[in-house]
Amino acid sequence: MATLKELSNKEILISSGHRACAGCGFPIIIKQALLAAENPVVVACATGCMEVCTTIYPYTAWKVPFIHNAFENAASTLSGVEAAYKSLSRQGKLDKKIDFIAFGGDGGTYDIGFQALSGAMERGHNMLYICYDNQAYMNTGIQRSSATPRGANTTTSPAGTESYGKKQYRKDLSAVMVAHEIPYVAQASPSNWNDLVTKVKKALAVEGPAFMNIIQPCVLGWKYPSDQSIELAKLAVDTCFWPLYEVENGEYKLTYRPKEKKPVEDWLKRQGRFRHLFKPENAEILKEIQEDIDTRWSRLLAKCGEEA
Amino acid sequence: MSIRVGKTGNEAVAEAMRQINPDVVAAYPITPQTEIVQIFSSFVANGKVDTEFVTVESEHSAMSATVGAASAGARSMTATSANGLAFMWEIVYIAAGMRLPIVMPVVNRALSGPLNIHCDHSDTMGARDSGWIQLFSENAQEAYDNAVQAPRIAENPDVKLPVMVTMDGFIISHAMEVMEILEDEKVREFIGKYVPENPLLDVDNPVTLGPVDLQDWNFEHKRQQAEAMRNAKPVILDVASEYAKLTGRKYGLFEEYKLDDADIAIVVLGSTAGTAKVAVDQLRAKGVRAGMLKIRVFRPFPAEEIADALKHVKAVAVMDRSDSFNAVGGPVFVDVRSALYDVDNGPKIVNYIYGIGGRDVTPDHVKTAYADLAKIAETGQVENPLTYLGIRE
Ligand SMILES: Cc1ncc(C[n+]2csc(CCOP(=O)(O)OP(=O)(O)O)c2C)c(N)n1
Ligand code: SF4
Ligand SMILES: [Mg+2]
Repeated sequence: MATLKELSNKEILISSGHRACAGCGFPIIIKQALLAAENPVVVACATGCMEVCTTIYPYTAWKVPFIHNAFENAASTLSGVEAAYKSLSRQGKLDKKIDFIAFGGDGGTYDIGFQALSGAMERGHNMLYICYDNQAYMNTGIQRSSATPRGANTTTSPAGTESYGKKQYRKDLSAVMVAHEIPYVAQASPSNWNDLVTKVKKALAVEGPAFMNIIQPCVLGWKYPSDQSIELAKLAVDTCFWPLYEVENGEYKLTYRPKEKKPVEDWLKRQGRFRHLFKPENAEILKEIQEDIDTRWSRLLAKCGEEA
Repeated sequence: MSIRVGKTGNEAVAEAMRQINPDVVAAYPITPQTEIVQIFSSFVANGKVDTEFVTVESEHSAMSATVGAASAGARSMTATSANGLAFMWEIVYIAAGMRLPIVMPVVNRALSGPLNIHCDHSDTMGARDSGWIQLFSENAQEAYDNAVQAPRIAENPDVKLPVMVTMDGFIISHAMEVMEILEDEKVREFIGKYVPENPLLDVDNPVTLGPVDLQDWNFEHKRQQAEAMRNAKPVILDVASEYAKLTGRKYGLFEEYKLDDADIAIVVLGSTAGTAKVAVDQLRAKGVRAGMLKIRVFRPFPAEEIADALKHVKAVAVMDRSDSFNAVGGPVFVDVRSALYDVDNGPKIVNYIYGIGGRDVTPDHVKTAYADLAKIAETGQVENPLTYLGIRE
């Protein structure tokens, strides 16, 4: 557990003046994650909104060493950085403890960067991979990804006379990462900052690879007023669309249980991308979305040894 | 001084890698390069190198991790062939654009499809404008020598570009050859200590690498890359002359074989140069003034120097081991012909595409090209600007 007082004494390692949309969720995630680190951090980042908004040459918003290589290879790029660190440390050319964090969007992580991520985790590099999951390819104009929730209107899964938006449920990437049997996997949300910071601390402390999936509200893609990002992140958690849990060496633990599980509609109706779902003809889809969340939630409770 | 050994091209290059002792190697197996990865793995397993070896899950990750390692401040290498090179394509350009002194042996193999594992140059020729320096090798000795010289070229502050060292798949990579290698200390002394510029792991001086670079600066950065490639030419020659002092083996941008007084000449890269030398000798014995120019440095392309070396020749044939499918000729032809454009009364120049997918090339094949050249030299007429050599048509 970190205290606000403790964190307020630390330097914020991402500067203001970056070009993310007003209210964007990822600068908050960067801030919280980097505040959690005890050691100097080296960051790798995939192509996407985060990289594009924070690095336009000759400016940078990063106060830590930062590398961007391409869209799909943050994990393999950081594998190389971490390998260099190991090699140079072993040869006595470097004597410093350094933490390694990769950031990738859902596109760069669930989809095109999936192989590189899987490879890096399997090889056991000592790094934390954070997916900032805003549930679509935002940088290229809100195209669907395998993280996009069912029913969302995106530019490649548009709602129309014959379509209610994306047909498929989202891929449960956190579960896929658990299947890699790495020491630490967690889901987090910037709304629950203490939970997030604590998880990053744990993830950095383990020997070997760690993966965190962090939900990131996107003003433009989700379509909501720019002062509501944290509220929307909180609703995703409280509707159990985005449960907060961790898996340490295979052991599931629920790290936050909403006092009252809210209906998913509470979250959906606040976002323009789901507006069409509230038309009478889509009532059945809404029902199915709720059922899917309920099923996944009860399965998760069972895994965490929680009462239903 | 030097040590005489019997080695295949792959063994020779793996040996050079052991002596270079890179901080990081990230590589993925592909025929005919596989042995390099295997031999190097055994060096790692037996403590013969200090290298951290990253057994990546693909070539895309091989080049990505190599870029990461080089950016971190490590001397970094990888190796590949054909489809592997194609798979890492995106990052091949990024390595050059980030000005990382990576060294990559490429064992030339035909690029699919159809699938083929044997030698041609379609893989590296496709990467000729990726911003990498390209050194071609005639045999295992040259592959070794090029590999040892490569880090010095790549890491030179006026250059800072990645280097591909190529050798012909199977023909060189798998053929045993008597060659000379240097003592380990000699190699280490020659390549020197690597001092990276602005490494990522210097956490007290944080840098942002690989930023978005838009209309206001990208053009300048690309221009600098072209300038670095220009700078590479004298650096390659300086490194070669230092290497010659160490080994007695002299390297230039290209090798001239009996070219001084030649009436007809072929331009060639890689192992076929050896075949061509035999053909030249046989023709010379019959009084034909045949010569050859073997390109070692294909990028940066030594255009002025090649033009100067060929300007007195009456007819030139450029041998391409890959087709550009542009209906004009192969990539080497296009460059050599362009180099000769400004030569007044320069040679007639024709193109032969040969050896695709590992098709064998014999001295007799090469001699048919010389026979065509003799006719062109005599008549001043070119009948076939482009010939596919050793093919069923
Ligand atoms: C190989 C490749 N394919 C496609 C692109 C175009 N592209 C850049 S960013 C991006 C989407 C990024 O989506 P995500 O990873 O979710 O990050 P976000 O922009 O949403 O933060 C795409 C498709 C690219 N840069 N490289
Ligand atoms: S489009 Fe979305 S993710 Fe991208 S900067 Fe704007 S709010 Fe952030
Ligand atoms: Mg996204």
